[in-house]
Amino acid sequence: MWNSPADFFAMGGYALYVWSSFGMCALVLLWEPLAIASRRRKIIQRLQREIRAEKFDKEGMK
Amino acid sequence: MSANKISPENRLMTWFRFSSPATFYPLAGRLIPFFWALTAIFGAAGLWISFFIAPVDAVQGDGYRIIFVHVPTSWMSMFIYIMMAIWAGLGLVFNTRLSAMMAQALAPTGALMAFLSLWTGAFWGKPMWGAWWVWDARLTSELILLFLYLGFMALQASIDDRRRADKAGAILALVGVVNVPIIYFSVKWWNTLHQGASVSVNKSPSMAHTMLWGMLLMALCFWMYSIAIALMRARVIILERESHADWVRTLKEVG
Repeated sequence: MWNSPADFFAMGGYALYVWSSFGMCALVLLWEPLAIASRRRKIIQRLQREIRAEKFDKEGMK
Repeated sequence: MSANKISPENRLMTWFRFSSPATFYPLAGRLIPFFWALTAIFGAAGLWISFFIAPVDAVQGDGYRIIFVHVPTSWMSMFIYIMMAIWAGLGLVFNTRLSAMMAQALAPTGALMAFLSLWTGAFWGKPMWGAWWVWDARLTSELILLFLYLGFMALQASIDDRRRADKAGAILALVGVVNVPIIYFSVKWWNTLHQGASVSVNKSPSMAHTMLWGMLLMALCFWMYSIAIALMRARVIILERESHADWVRTLKEVG
């Protein structure tokens, strides 16, 4: 169907519209899991800090 | 609980056991890779058909290929809203913590799907209608859906008491459900610029078979993605909201 890679990227003259649509979908679908992964790292770090602080409180300066 | 005598009451209790965040957290963790794999498989097959198998449209040329992301994101924006409202409603009725967390986990993904639906719609509308945006019934009701998602998230974030935030959010989500049939039937009820449904339950699809397959595979890809991402976000929300529970403190990723 496509004669060359350039032909494919030209999308029959609709390159701007087709690639903006697919591109934004790709961006969002990549960004969302990364955002969640960083939110997860944050809460796990907070939990680890809290656990360390509690341990320190209980055991004191031993 | 004796194993050989499961009364209806006990069966109900088994379901409630899964609604406990402590049981759900590891279960969701095991399911996530499975849904990511399905996302990749359906996505690869769907994109292949979208770009290499589906023929050029007689009227819209290659511009019509936007349909392969526009329709799936639009479907998901409506479907996720209904799922969110169901979880929120269950939370309201049974007072289960997990239901409210699931509703909370779905909202941002639903909002992103609504945004993508409007974005891809604008980039389809411009070359075909000559306008990025028109105040048409279909487009306007989809924009309202995006605002409903944003309103749900903002309302929940603005109330400090978690239980009250869940309740207020649930009521907003349930009232907003009325918008979903409005979006779906808008092309039938009003004279709009937006074309009618390409696929509907009671008539054969008005499009070529390869196009239909591409669209369905892409829809499955977005569906599996939404499940994977909602489970991921639900797990983070569980950690955030149950941070004082003993079971969270003994998790191996935390300890």
